Amino acid sequence: MSRKGVLIYAETMGSEIHPIAFELIGKARELAEKLDLEVWSTILGYGITDKAAELIYHGADKVYVYDDERLRDLHVIAHKSALVELAKEIKPEIFLLGATPWGRSLAPRIAAALDTGLTADCIDLQVDENGELVQIRPAFTGNILAHIKTSSRPIMATIRYRVMKMPQRDPSRKGEIIIRKFNDVNCDGIKCLGKVSERKVSLADAEVVVAGGRGLKKKEDLRLLEELANLLGGVVGASRPLVEEGWISKDHQVGFSGNVVKPKLYIACGISGSPQHLAGMRDSGIIIAVNSDPSAPIFRHADYGVVADLYDFIPKLINFLQKLKH
Amino acid sequence: MRSGLGIIVLLKQVPDIEKVRFDVETGRIDRSSAPAETNPFDLHALEAGLQIKEKFGGSVTVISMGPRQAESSLKDALARGADRAILLTDPRLAGADTIATAKALAAAIRKLGEFDLILCGEKTVDGDTGQVGPEVAELLGIPHAAYVCEIRKITHEWIKVVSDMGDKYLYELKLPALLTVTRELNSPRLPTLKDLLRAKRSQVEVWTADDLSEYIPLDQLGFQGSKTRVVKVVIPSTEHRKGIILGGDEAVEKIGRVILSEVLGK
Repeated sequence: MSRKGVLIYAETMGSEIHPIAFELIGKARELAEKLDLEVWSTILGYGITDKAAELIYHGADKVYVYDDERLRDLHVIAHKSALVELAKEIKPEIFLLGATPWGRSLAPRIAAALDTGLTADCIDLQVDENGELVQIRPAFTGNILAHIKTSSRPIMATIRYRVMKMPQRDPSRKGEIIIRKFNDVNCDGIKCLGKVSERKVSLADAEVVVAGGRGLKKKEDLRLLEELANLLGGVVGASRPLVEEGWISKDHQVGFSGNVVKPKLYIACGISGSPQHLAGMRDSGIIIAVNSDPSAPIFRHADYGVVADLYDFIPKLINFLQKLKH
Repeated sequence: MRSGLGIIVLLKQVPDIEKVRFDVETGRIDRSSAPAETNPFDLHALEAGLQIKEKFGGSVTVISMGPRQAESSLKDALARGADRAILLTDPRLAGADTIATAKALAAAIRKLGEFDLILCGEKTVDGDTGQVGPEVAELLGIPHAAYVCEIRKITHEWIKVVSDMGDKYLYELKLPALLTVTRELNSPRLPTLKDLLRAKRSQVEVWTADDLSEYIPLDQLGFQGSKTRVVKVVIPSTEHRKGIILGGDEAVEKIGRVILSEVLGK
């Protein structure tokens, strides 16, 4: 009898595998051991066949490859059709995708087509004492964590980027690569006319984020934060008001309607800490908050709170760090 | 040939997330702690619909599923310029997960008949899933684009939009189609006092599960039709944060040393 499995979708960026795919495999491997399942991966795109081995090196037992020119673009109907067909045939117990914008656009269509439950943006997956999968996700703009179980199969979930551990790469690992044919479907409803612009910074990947909020008096003062960020090898983030004022691009926005970040160090400068901002940074490693208002909510979510005028404190901090660095 | 476009906007009423409080013991939301409002993302979807109507003619129909009090969000939408408002409300629709919600909305849209464009916010501030829009599109068998931050051009046959997926992509969708929109798309208008008074007198149509039964088996809707169940809710603790408060010049040295040791490894 054939084994059952956890299927993960390996998202690609051009011809590269998005790192979320390896994180998904790491988690799938852990679940597979507990639930006696195999780890299956699928990768779709054009000119990506030679990448399939990487998924095996990171822990997949089988990789289903769809390499077709019609899958080159992020075409939601083409990708959905292939994945629905695959899921119907191999019947995974669990099907995981990354909670990237693309994953969150694609997964609901697959779930609706398979008529199964889908849990969005999970930050953990656990197996309970009954051997059932518990999906844990933030809701109410990150104010609560919901534990969710699914009664239908496959259990589908999207998983937030950078919350699962990256597994070790082992190039001696063996697995099976299965080349699949992309069956023609009517894809006329959508045409991808190409990339309009590329993201300039990736806040989600940053190890250090120095973020500014309404405590900044003018746009030019962002340079102060930039100076500190550069010194620490980090990037500048911003709360929503600064982005809405047009001081800085949306790429830099931290929060529920911007980027969710998880750097080693988050320095919040002149940010009061609205729920929508906290939802974007509460899982950071160390949180330092600088605010002149001692009752600012951000202090309740910080490891270190500095009650000070950022215009006084940040230059002094830069000065101190520069001296010690040399 | 039809002259205008049939536009449908999906709205949800949510608690004001900046004010809402939770019971730490039970994890339950204290609904009395915050006023209800229209999901902020959905107001951008409504604004987009109204702008398209102003240019093309046609009509904007708003649909919401929720308790009876969600009527106030629909009246607000009428005040802003929507032509017709439908509230799906019924205990048999309550407790729905995203798939059961999408099925109810898709059934309501089928019942309405012909349409060209469905608009909704990229996600809601309470559920945070962003799944209902694409699920509705799949159930109706129409294309969708998510995270739409710009509408470039629209004709009676197609719409060109920019989708913000980190990198931004230009898509052309054949109508009918569904878009989920971001806050960057536009600035929602505010209703005038006159509009509000007019809307107060206007009618919100109320549909129950029975009104949908021709389009979907009722056991597919509400709690009964849901495939996912919330088994537990916890409030994330902030206790793991050290919560050390500093001030004055000693803060500079202390923070400087924290950064050096823990981040730069020195």
